[in-house]
Amino acid sequence: MWLKPTTTEKIAFAFLTIAITTVVAFVFLILYYITANGIGAISIDFLTNVPLKRMTEGGIYPAIIGTLLLITGSMVVALPLGILAAIYLNEYAREGKLTWTIQMAISNLAGTPSVVFGLFGLALFVKYMGFGPSILSASLTLALLVLPIIIRASEEALATVPKGFREASLALGVTKWQTIRKVVLPIALPGIVTGAIISVGRVAGETAPILLTGAAFFLPRLPDSVSDQFMALPYHLFVLATSGTNIAKTRPIQYGTALVLLLIVLGLNLIAVAIRRHYRKKMKW
Amino acid sequence: MTVKFEEGIETEIEVRDLNLWYSDNHALKNISIEIPEKCITAFIGPSGCGKSTFIRCLNRMNDLITNCRTEGKVLVKGENIYEKEVDVVNLRKRVGMVFQKPNPFPMSIYENIAYGPRIHGERNKKKLDQIVEETLRSAALWDEVSDRLNSPALDLSGGQQQRLCIARTLAVKPEIILLDEPCSALDPISTSKIEDLMMKLKNNYTIVIVTHNMQQAARVSDYTAYFLLGELIEFGTARQIFEMPREKSTEDYITGRFG
Repeated sequence: MWLKPTTTEKIAFAFLTIAITTVVAFVFLILYYITANGIGAISIDFLTNVPLKRMTEGGIYPAIIGTLLLITGSMVVALPLGILAAIYLNEYAREGKLTWTIQMAISNLAGTPSVVFGLFGLALFVKYMGFGPSILSASLTLALLVLPIIIRASEEALATVPKGFREASLALGVTKWQTIRKVVLPIALPGIVTGAIISVGRVAGETAPILLTGAAFFLPRLPDSVSDQFMALPYHLFVLATSGTNIAKTRPIQYGTALVLLLIVLGLNLIAVAIRRHYRKKMKW
Repeated sequence: MTVKFEEGIETEIEVRDLNLWYSDNHALKNISIEIPEKCITAFIGPSGCGKSTFIRCLNRMNDLITNCRTEGKVLVKGENIYEKEVDVVNLRKRVGMVFQKPNPFPMSIYENIAYGPRIHGERNKKKLDQIVEETLRSAALWDEVSDRLNSPALDLSGGQQQRLCIARTLAVKPEIILLDEPCSALDPISTSKIEDLMMKLKNNYTIVIVTHNMQQAARVSDYTAYFLLGELIEFGTARQIFEMPREKSTEDYITGRFG
């Protein structure tokens, strides 16, 4: 028996509504749960103090700074590298076996579990290159992890820049590279920033790679240099929740840590969204 | 194909046996033509006849297309632009191009014009202001936009955008201007403004225009070339082509029997 098109339309729409409601409900549930449980733990002391009494009291200051350093370090490496690679692939590479191989490699890299990146970072940066367990090793590992995200997002952003803008610039006797720098990149910037936003979230939240490359279980001070070990929010959370000295007692601190991590990522995203909006406004066509 | 130009008019571009392939598709076949200086030369012909492909050979825009191969010579002021040592970037500075779809950059009106000169080394703000005003005046756009030079170019109407693109081309001081169906996306009033502009510009520039609008070719061009299926069928003064075409297929096309 066939249903009338108007009936199938209604059924389809009902399913779509259920799907989106479920998604939104879960997002809000998680946000609410963490906020409700974590807000009580947050205070100036919590944000500016080192963990005390075997991490059952005190704050998470070193972990906040550690996470911010990881974000900065990995972005400093991954953004230029990823954007330049995307420019090469989208603007210069000709279709062929080599390009196909590179594209496949990037896709595979994107699908590699983060713990594998961790092991790779341990072998290459920590051991072979001798950086030791450190901010440097962890940042480089995280940079590799988010590289495919940045390359893909940047490539897509570059590909959506209309051909007409490139032709107009080249027809004025402007070189290809100048055209990319002055015309193509500014137009593609909002899309590139989107890739950066997603990567910041990944970097801030990843635990497995930093666990293997330099995150410290407990280090109640700030790192001295990039070759020092560090604390980071996701690992700190993991430690408190699974192997802390008093897991039950530290529940509020755990939720507080989770909330701070969430707020950092959210805050950075808001900044990136503001940048994106600013450029969209300037660059609309 | 050669045509006797009017007294005192020299050849600006000479094309000899030009062939072009897109992969295996032989898109231009043995084109030879001499284009006169400081005149308007129009290329007409039905869609797919190669007229746009041909105009894009004159500033080597086809280089951007993968699997596009060219043979033959294109001499601009006697110099073959397909010679290996030719600086393509400099060539495109001398031979400017305006495209079918108006394509101002998503920047202000001022920045659109200043873009070219600035990249070519002009840093002096006063000088740039002067270039912007001069070129906008030459493109008959100054009176319409002088009070909003800093507003986005994309807020302009289609016709204004196209004149802005012409002004942008003039700003890098070309010798030749190629226009690839510049009015096909415009309304009749904007079209007539562009045509007036071309008539004015031909005093100082050599103009080559591709158009699918025969009335336009008849109105503005001094010399007209008719293309069909990748071949140059006939080339002559606009008057001769439109009043007494020598070839049957030219006559069929201009009288609207096909195309």
